[in-house]
Amino acid sequence: MTSNKSKELLLEMKNIHIDGFSDERWHKILKGVDLTLYRGEILGLIGESGAGKSTMGKAAMGYTQPGCKIIKGEVNFNGTDLAKLTEFEKRKIWGTKISYVAQSAAASFNPAHRLMDQTISASNRLKINPTDVLKKDAVQLYESLQLPDAENIGDRYPHQVSGGQLQRIMTAMAMSPRPELIIFDEPTTALDVTTQVEVLSAMRSIVDKFNTAAIYITHDLAVVAQMADRIKVLRYGEEVEEAETRDMLSNPKEEYTKSLWSVRSLIKPEETNQDYILSIKNIDAAYGSSKVLHNVSIDIPMGKTVAIVGESGSGKSTTARVITGLLPQLKGEIIFDGKKLSPKLEQRSKEELRKIQIIFQMPDTAMNPRQTVDEIIGRPIEFYQGIKGKERESKVIELLKMIELDETFLDRLPSELSGGQKQRICIARALAANPDLIICDEVTSALDQIVQEGILKLLQKLQKDLGVTYIFITHDIATVKAISDEIVVMYQGEVVEQGLKNKILNPPHPEYTELLLSSVPEMDPDWLTNLLNKRSS
Amino acid sequence: MRLSLGLVTVFAFSVIIFSTFSFLPGDFATEILGQSATKSSVKALRAELGLDKPPVTRYFDWLGNVFQGDFGSSFSGRSKVQGDQGDRSREVVGLIIPRLKNTLFLTGVAAALAIPLSLMLGISSALYRNSYYDRSATGVSLVTVSSPEFFTAYIFILLLATLFPVFPTISNVDEDTSLVERFYRTALPVFTLTLITMGHMMRMTRSAIINILSSEYIEMAKLSGASRYEVIVKHALPNAWAPISQVIAINLAYMLIGSVVVEYVFNYQGIGRLMVGSVYNRDLPVVQACALIFASTYVILNLIADLIGIISNPRLLYPK
Repeated sequence: MTSNKSKELLLEMKNIHIDGFSDERWHKILKGVDLTLYRGEILGLIGESGAGKSTMGKAAMGYTQPGCKIIKGEVNFNGTDLAKLTEFEKRKIWGTKISYVAQSAAASFNPAHRLMDQTISASNRLKINPTDVLKKDAVQLYESLQLPDAENIGDRYPHQVSGGQLQRIMTAMAMSPRPELIIFDEPTTALDVTTQVEVLSAMRSIVDKFNTAAIYITHDLAVVAQMADRIKVLRYGEEVEEAETRDMLSNPKEEYTKSLWSVRSLIKPEETNQDYILSIKNIDAAYGSSKVLHNVSIDIPMGKTVAIVGESGSGKSTTARVITGLLPQLKGEIIFDGKKLSPKLEQRSKEELRKIQIIFQMPDTAMNPRQTVDEIIGRPIEFYQGIKGKERESKVIELLKMIELDETFLDRLPSELSGGQKQRICIARALAANPDLIICDEVTSALDQIVQEGILKLLQKLQKDLGVTYIFITHDIATVKAISDEIVVMYQGEVVEQGLKNKILNPPHPEYTELLLSSVPEMDPDWLTNLLNKRSS
Repeated sequence: MRLSLGLVTVFAFSVIIFSTFSFLPGDFATEILGQSATKSSVKALRAELGLDKPPVTRYFDWLGNVFQGDFGSSFSGRSKVQGDQGDRSREVVGLIIPRLKNTLFLTGVAAALAIPLSLMLGISSALYRNSYYDRSATGVSLVTVSSPEFFTAYIFILLLATLFPVFPTISNVDEDTSLVERFYRTALPVFTLTLITMGHMMRMTRSAIINILSSEYIEMAKLSGASRYEVIVKHALPNAWAPISQVIAINLAYMLIGSVVVEYVFNYQGIGRLMVGSVYNRDLPVVQACALIFASTYVILNLIADLIGIISNPRLLYPK
């Protein structure tokens, strides 16, 4: 975020058209997008999945994924049109003049090589500096990215370091040849909020230090607000609007841009109930020999929504597995509807199974790809309620209407549905059992903001109409604000606190809750700076 | 852990081999005595060979001896008349060792030819995926995998021995044959073994590498400016060693077993031919020894492949 920019043009993309081949035909991914970037400037590129932002970012390198091609347009980088260069010529620019930081660091490092070798591999290709100089420089980069044990971390293999550390090492790798431009492609999307803060601040300070230009791609407006000087919004392969960060946040022009943070404005008044439908008491659970839950006790009020929040590894999903009986607990008991549930799934009655249903994070993998919507929803109706034939079909249609779809969906396969529709079908499948309690395990994390909002509203409506209770597992605080009555905060397999939403979200907080809540990015370009100042003081 | 599992497997094999052969119809004593088999002479011979003892006792006797490197004596070559001084029966070990050497020579040469060739072909087809080169290489390899070894052998005989007489059809060698002569004589069986195993190895190498080419770290390597060759050899191949070594192990074992047919076709004095002959003569000690050797090679080769899989994977080599 340097203020005194010398307005020297670095990258100019003109009228970019890119087609992609899938389902046996060519689709338009980008329909004539322009982009300009000056030296030392950071441009944020935001939009939902399918908006073409990642394709645009890669096109800035003159690269398209297999199955895609640049139909029209120029990519002028330092005066050369990358779209016209041969593969061989482009390879001299990739990794050295322009480098790329990918979304999933864990998948983007080669598991067979040590991190140091991968960090300096592109710089090595330049043959300017000898290997030992490059290694020393890499250690300095590791240090300025605040990696622990910077001296030796490069000797490790990718599987031996955490996701947040890998993401920073990838930034070091991108910075090692001192490129003129870095493309950050959703670099923090896969990270927990608490880790995200560290990675964001490390990336921002190093980009500032070397005055490198960058394109920062994300779907999270609050994140991009911390990084970018300018923001460009894309939708359906076209530009929606572009403005300086502060202008964009204070005064978005387009309706669509405003809707991007609509989920954050969704707030539900809290209510509570002294009748508990489910109480778990002093639960210990383990995978093999590693213990993951320690003395967990949670009460779930009937007809309300309890959100369980925490970062990955906090034990929130494991708690769900224990409740459903997928993972029998070692110690403690589960009281459901006034009766004790047996730990093992096999020993629970069909009626007990019917009353607790679960909806998973990934609707893509939670449905059999060869079954139609009718079969997916009809099966639990038949299994739990013994309803067959015509009556079953009318029940399925009734459920489809409940989730705001209609009977035209009956014969569709999961592959013919959008992400949001798939998750709706999963909700209908859970409802088909007529349950008392639904466990929603990160059900909105894989969805775009607007789709998320639709799903959350639907879940609230269903609760009002049917009186069903939700346990809502999530790591996203905005979602928690939008849906919950009570909140349980978990950390490293223990419950930090449980209580009404307003009590948990407002100070005073236990230490961990404070860290978690303060790490959630806000729509304020100064948020990260202020937070870091506050934390360091 | 894997080692002990391997030992258990070999032990289980030995039980199966031994019991299977005890259930075979007919017996050596009646076979050898032929017309002159009287009840008493059969009984005497059986007692001498130890065939009258219960199978469990015989099994443990045999196993105990095997551990000491003694596979017993061959049944055949034994004199028909009891007490005859001209007993030409031979120790099984003495019978098998030279044959085993011959077979190991044959498969060794074939492997030395087949493995590098198929790796190179597999890697280069992956490199130029969907080109005419790749399509013809995978197409031809499918043909060679699908044809049975005796058929391939006869095609070679037809082409390289009959139409263009370059190599001999009979590959008989003995201990005095010089190395150069050996190579010359075994050329056709080596080619046959090479061809029937190469297709499989090449196709698996190709698909293992192509599988990895769709990983995110390969795209990352490309975007950091790695050339096509570098992407394949430096980034894809190190992650493909585990599946490739598995398929090589299976094919080496297959070569050894496949040599039974090939040795027969080319009249090569290897262990496969010995085994076929011994089955024909109901020469149980020899058959058992051969079968046990084949079984152990399978186990040993798979162990080596597992070991390579572990060494080539840092996740297994350096736990968190």
